[in-house]
Amino acid sequence: MQANTLAILPEISLAVLAALLILIDLRLKPERKALLPGITAAGLLAVLALTLAFARPGAAPESIWGGMLRHDTAAFVFRLIFLFGAAVTCLFTIGWKQVERRGEFFVLLVLSTLGMTLMAAAGDLIMLFLAIETASIPLYVMAGFMTADEKSTESGFKYLLFGALTSSVMVYGFSLLYGFAGTTDLYALAAAVASGDLPPLGLLGALVLVLAGFGFKVAVVPFHFWAPDVYEGAPTPVTAFLSTASKSAGFAVVVRFLLAVFPAAVLPQIIGVAALMSVLSMTLGNSAALAQRNIKRLLAYSSIAHAGYILMGVAAASLLGAASVVYYLAVYLVTNLAAFGVVIIYFNVVGSDEIKDYAGLSRRHPGLAFALLVALLSLAGVPPLGGFFAKILVFAAAVEAGLIWLAVAGVLNAILGLYYYLMVLKVVYLDRGPDEDKPLPVRRAHMAALVVCLLLVLALGTVLGPMYDWSNLAAGGLF
Amino acid sequence: MNQTIWLTLILFSPAVAAAVIALLPRENKALARWAAFAASLIPLALTLLVWFAFDAAPVAEAGYKFVERRVWYAAIGSAYHLGVDGLSLTMVLLTTLLTPLAILASFSVEEKVNAYMALFLFLETGMLGVFLSLDLLLFFVFWEIGLVPMYFLINQWGSEKGERELWGGMKVSARTYASFKFMIYTMAGSLGLLLAIQLLGVVNQTFDLPSIVAQWNSLSNSDTLLGGWASVGAVKTWAFWAFVIAFAIKVPVWPFHTWLPDAHTEAPTAGSMILAGVLLKLGAYGFLRFVLPLYPEQSNQYAGVLAGLATMAIIFGAFAAYGQKDFKRLVAYSSVNHMGFVVLGIAAAARAAGTLDANVALNGAVLQMFNHGLSAAGMFFLVGVIYERLHTRDLDAYGGFFPKVPVYGGILIFTSMASLGLPGLNGFISEFLVVRGSWPIFTFWTALSMLGLLFTGAYILKGIAKTLHGPENHEAAHHLTEINTRELWVIAPLMALMLWLGVLPGWLLGVINNAMQALFG
Amino acid sequence: MQFLQFLQEWPLLSIVTFLPGVAGLLILLIPATRRDTTHKAALAAGGTVFAVSLLVYLAFQPGGPRYQFEEYFAWLPQLGISYHVAVDGITAPLVLLTGIVMFTGVIISQRIEERPREFFAFLFILATGVFGVFVSLDMFALFYFYEIAVFPMYLLISIWGWKQTREYAAMKLTLYLFIGSVISLVGGLAMYFASGLGTFDMLALEGANFSPQFQILWFPFVFIGFAVLGGMFPFHNWSPDGHVAAPTAVSMFHAGVLMKLGAFAALRVGIMLLPEGAKFHLPWIIFLTLVNVVYGAYIAMVQTDFKYVIGFSSVSHMGLVVMGFASLTPDGYIGAGVQMVSHGIMTALFFAVVGMIYDQAHTREIAKLGGMAQKMPFVAFAFTIGGLVSMGMPGLSGFIAEFPIFMGVWQSDKPWIAIVAAISIVITAAYIMRLMRRVFYGEFPAEFEGHVHDVSRSEKVALGLLAFVLILIGIFPGVMVPMVESGVEHIFVLLGGL
Repeated sequence: MQANTLAILPEISLAVLAALLILIDLRLKPERKALLPGITAAGLLAVLALTLAFARPGAAPESIWGGMLRHDTAAFVFRLIFLFGAAVTCLFTIGWKQVERRGEFFVLLVLSTLGMTLMAAAGDLIMLFLAIETASIPLYVMAGFMTADEKSTESGFKYLLFGALTSSVMVYGFSLLYGFAGTTDLYALAAAVASGDLPPLGLLGALVLVLAGFGFKVAVVPFHFWAPDVYEGAPTPVTAFLSTASKSAGFAVVVRFLLAVFPAAVLPQIIGVAALMSVLSMTLGNSAALAQRNIKRLLAYSSIAHAGYILMGVAAASLLGAASVVYYLAVYLVTNLAAFGVVIIYFNVVGSDEIKDYAGLSRRHPGLAFALLVALLSLAGVPPLGGFFAKILVFAAAVEAGLIWLAVAGVLNAILGLYYYLMVLKVVYLDRGPDEDKPLPVRRAHMAALVVCLLLVLALGTVLGPMYDWSNLAAGGLF
Repeated sequence: MNQTIWLTLILFSPAVAAAVIALLPRENKALARWAAFAASLIPLALTLLVWFAFDAAPVAEAGYKFVERRVWYAAIGSAYHLGVDGLSLTMVLLTTLLTPLAILASFSVEEKVNAYMALFLFLETGMLGVFLSLDLLLFFVFWEIGLVPMYFLINQWGSEKGERELWGGMKVSARTYASFKFMIYTMAGSLGLLLAIQLLGVVNQTFDLPSIVAQWNSLSNSDTLLGGWASVGAVKTWAFWAFVIAFAIKVPVWPFHTWLPDAHTEAPTAGSMILAGVLLKLGAYGFLRFVLPLYPEQSNQYAGVLAGLATMAIIFGAFAAYGQKDFKRLVAYSSVNHMGFVVLGIAAAARAAGTLDANVALNGAVLQMFNHGLSAAGMFFLVGVIYERLHTRDLDAYGGFFPKVPVYGGILIFTSMASLGLPGLNGFISEFLVVRGSWPIFTFWTALSMLGLLFTGAYILKGIAKTLHGPENHEAAHHLTEINTRELWVIAPLMALMLWLGVLPGWLLGVINNAMQALFG
Repeated sequence: MQFLQFLQEWPLLSIVTFLPGVAGLLILLIPATRRDTTHKAALAAGGTVFAVSLLVYLAFQPGGPRYQFEEYFAWLPQLGISYHVAVDGITAPLVLLTGIVMFTGVIISQRIEERPREFFAFLFILATGVFGVFVSLDMFALFYFYEIAVFPMYLLISIWGWKQTREYAAMKLTLYLFIGSVISLVGGLAMYFASGLGTFDMLALEGANFSPQFQILWFPFVFIGFAVLGGMFPFHNWSPDGHVAAPTAVSMFHAGVLMKLGAFAALRVGIMLLPEGAKFHLPWIIFLTLVNVVYGAYIAMVQTDFKYVIGFSSVSHMGLVVMGFASLTPDGYIGAGVQMVSHGIMTALFFAVVGMIYDQAHTREIAKLGGMAQKMPFVAFAFTIGGLVSMGMPGLSGFIAEFPIFMGVWQSDKPWIAIVAAISIVITAAYIMRLMRRVFYGEFPAEFEGHVHDVSRSEKVALGLLAFVLILIGIFPGVMVPMVESGVEHIFVLLGGL
């Protein structure tokens, strides 16, 4: 019992943190409410520390709480990822006028994070559904948080509609699975699938329905339509959170579901489906990104493309594949947070997300320009940054699985990606802007968050060992 | 093996001097001139030392003396391998003799004196290298290297007048045109040589000349080479023609001679002296040193073609010379004519190697090389003397100069006669030997070339007549001054040698004959 | 000698690899107002790197073990990734080449006025990548450094390049090279998995015994992917545009060193790890190189822009390097190895000269230039040396390099290719002489009077150093060839003798 409680220590502490935040929000004088983001971030980091200290899984994965949750390294690593993402997001909300003084926003953020940690650990269909909804519903609200802003409202509403639709499809898929197997426990389900007694076609159908739900969360083609509008309309910190933590949570479920429950040995079609989705996501995401003029939309499409790369690891359906997914997500999280960090900082001062308004940034604030350079290059997959090794891992996984064509498609897409990242950098470094001489103040908290993210990007690209070990353990724990 | 360093000293002392002179202060022209002249005497002195020690020196290998062999480009089997026999020593002597004279003749150069002198000395190293190398690759290195200074000498210090129209109506100065043509012609010609040398290197796994001569000739014609691509016979034939064309351009043999009149005409006086005096000999030397020993069969087979071309060169060279209005061009074409005899002698030797006739022809050819070196250098120098004073080379602008410049006139007549082949002067001996040797071998071609000899007389007399005799051209004569002391010092040694060799050729012929006996006997 | 042997114990390769990158980042920290300090710091760093690379070269013993200065650090042993560096007889000269070109490039860049800190930082990061590729014995590390070397080029060209084409050229170059490298990468990963050894260490992979089918399938990916950077036809198109648009030091670095990176990686990963594939494919690839050599020279001849002439000449000369590889004969490889160094230095010299002239005359139109030798005689001299090297003039390094390449081709199964390729020598002679005549001699245009002066002393030192190396190798091939030869011997152990 003791161990079981410790295993859900992160969730418990997140719930406590949420409750505390409500209280603090009530007690805090209005003029001091600007402290809220900092407090939340500190709280989340404290949870992160707690998790690191006390919630480490054992060598062998175990099912706890009657099979509701899985206590394994995968869940552990993903929790760390979400918590880190949430904490950095909080820091970036500092200075975001409509958000930074609103206690409920941070409560929602913490609750959503709670939902995500449960998603990563869920070992049961019911638990999984609940976790997904716990994570999603606060996000719908957060996306539409700036009620005065039409785009934000539209964004929240759109997100809700798409989310509700795909959730219902997904839950239908869950019910079918239950109908075939007679159990809601994922690993019991896996055993049933592995026995081969279930009708393959039916399983495949159910799986496709389920994938619709997951696909929505991770924004892969063809479930990506919401992403650009929502990303653009939502408050940028929320966009950052959506594109990093929320996406990671979706992938946490996808790898567990596709690798542990439906091994390719039983349903070889899965590989085809995943590979197809991967190629479509990469290609569509990258080609659409080429035409973007707004940096948030560009990052939205790039995030679709990156979902495609990550799916490549999934399609490999191997230990290396799963490990590459984890590694990629970790890299992607810190990198994209850094990129959005720059976007947020710049928006706070300049008030624009148009790429052309980034002209002259390198003269106005060389440090910030360099941060964007590092982030975008990591996204493009240039060493010595994390993105390079992450890409190598997914390509390696694809090659190992014999999906050479997929690897080649990925490689070609990497070039497309490089092109539009370079186009942004060109504006930043080459074009002259009208306000080059004006100062560009950057808050200390922002700078700190940015530096931490960038150092992690660099570390993930140079000191490969620790994160790779974790990814590998996490991948091993799935099975 | 006992290594000596005499040849290395001869070879590189001019190059070292060139580097030093290039670094001398630019303002002091006299210093550069005298330094260059003094430096050019060093290889001459060393050559004379070697010359007098030659008979006594031991034969090191394959008939060569003073052999040196050092590691150079071991990876592909090439070494720094030098040596001399009578043939190369004669040529080395010619080179080291003409260079100081040419430098003395260029004291009138006023522009960029340091660079000029440095290039000149560098050119000497290039020419000496060709004669001294016993390694095909090393030979090629020097063969090509000589082009560079010559190119710049023509391009930078050539005659300043004249324009040539290129395709497209673009006009360039004549010296640019001539230097470019010289370079491209010779390089294109060398291309085949380069490829053939590579081929020889690949087949023999070495570039060492004596070893290649031994190995190469022991290959059976029916063997295949190059991974079965070709038979030995075919490869030898290709390589033969590649060598022949490269050397024929250099000599030049008709119809490869068209670069020569341009280059000679536009070059500065000393440049023309060296061009005609030494550079043309490189081609003939190539025939003797490489073509005949390496391809005896092919040489024999195609000797008739060579003889025919040589005769054409003799006849057309003479005709063309006669038709010139430009004094320098006239002398330039005379080179084509005279070198024709050298090639005729070589062709005869190729056809009938080992016979007495062939030996006579060869002796004549080598002697003719030396003699032509003297007389052509002298002629070009004398043309230069007038040109410096009148700034025109047009024969129609000359006339009746004899009374005004009797000393010069006398020298010009003397040198022209040597060139013409007047008995008692050097040209006669060598041409006689060539004709005597070739007659039994190529009777028809030799007879035809005698006809050419007739025209030789015609154009030489035309040159003399147009310059010295006839009605005086007042305007030109007004500017004309007598030949000065420095110029006399240039021409005097040449005249002395012409006379000496005309009367007592034995000292030189002995050396040449020994070498020919060793090479082709 | 004692001292040099003692050096073998030092981590010289790590120093030479990371020193530029670290120096570059430190330069970024110099306050923007202190330009002078920036330039001096860059010069000091460049000089140090050159000195270290020279030490590596001098201390390398051709008769010694195959790999020297070996360093090993298990980077990610789980995947068999290591930081394993060493030099052999082929890479030691290339390390020296990089040191020389970097040093002279920094000297030439002393005129950079715009954002010098960033310029040197990016240039030095690039240098780290280049050194890394040359010394890596681990395939992963090789790719890692390779991409580090490719990327900074984009910014260097697009920010400091020639205004008219820089954006286009920079993007074209980056995309071409990136495509090439990632395609090779897929091949590299395939090798990693197919070997079953679980290591990226190329020494281990050399003994992996890939099946002939595998090698034949993958060789083209790996080889051509890298050869893109080597400027191989028909993927050479980025190179002249890139070279022309780049600022002087970057052109020097790019044509001088980076193109060698492509050729070298194609050799190291392509030919040495997939020898059977090489034997199968190179016999047709040699045709592509022939096009490179002859067509490149022809295109160079018809250019009207000084810098484009040089740009295309690089395509032509790099074709000879790959032709040497494709000949599959030891002579060809020796020549290619020397040619990489010779061409690197020669083309660096060319671009330096072009930069000096353009800086002062503000035009590169050959027709508008003239008589430069009057104002800058030393530059004319240096260019002449470079030009003669380019023509393959004996006595200079170009001859030493190209001669064995041709010999190698004679020994290959298509000897006639040597004859066709030789045409390029005459074409090269034609365009080089045209350049010399039109740019340096002839009439000095009156409009340049007053603003065209001689170059500074330090620039003369740079040119002199480059020209000196060209002459030194040409006269004494022994200073480099035995080293390259020792490296080639090992390649032919892998290629199965021949």
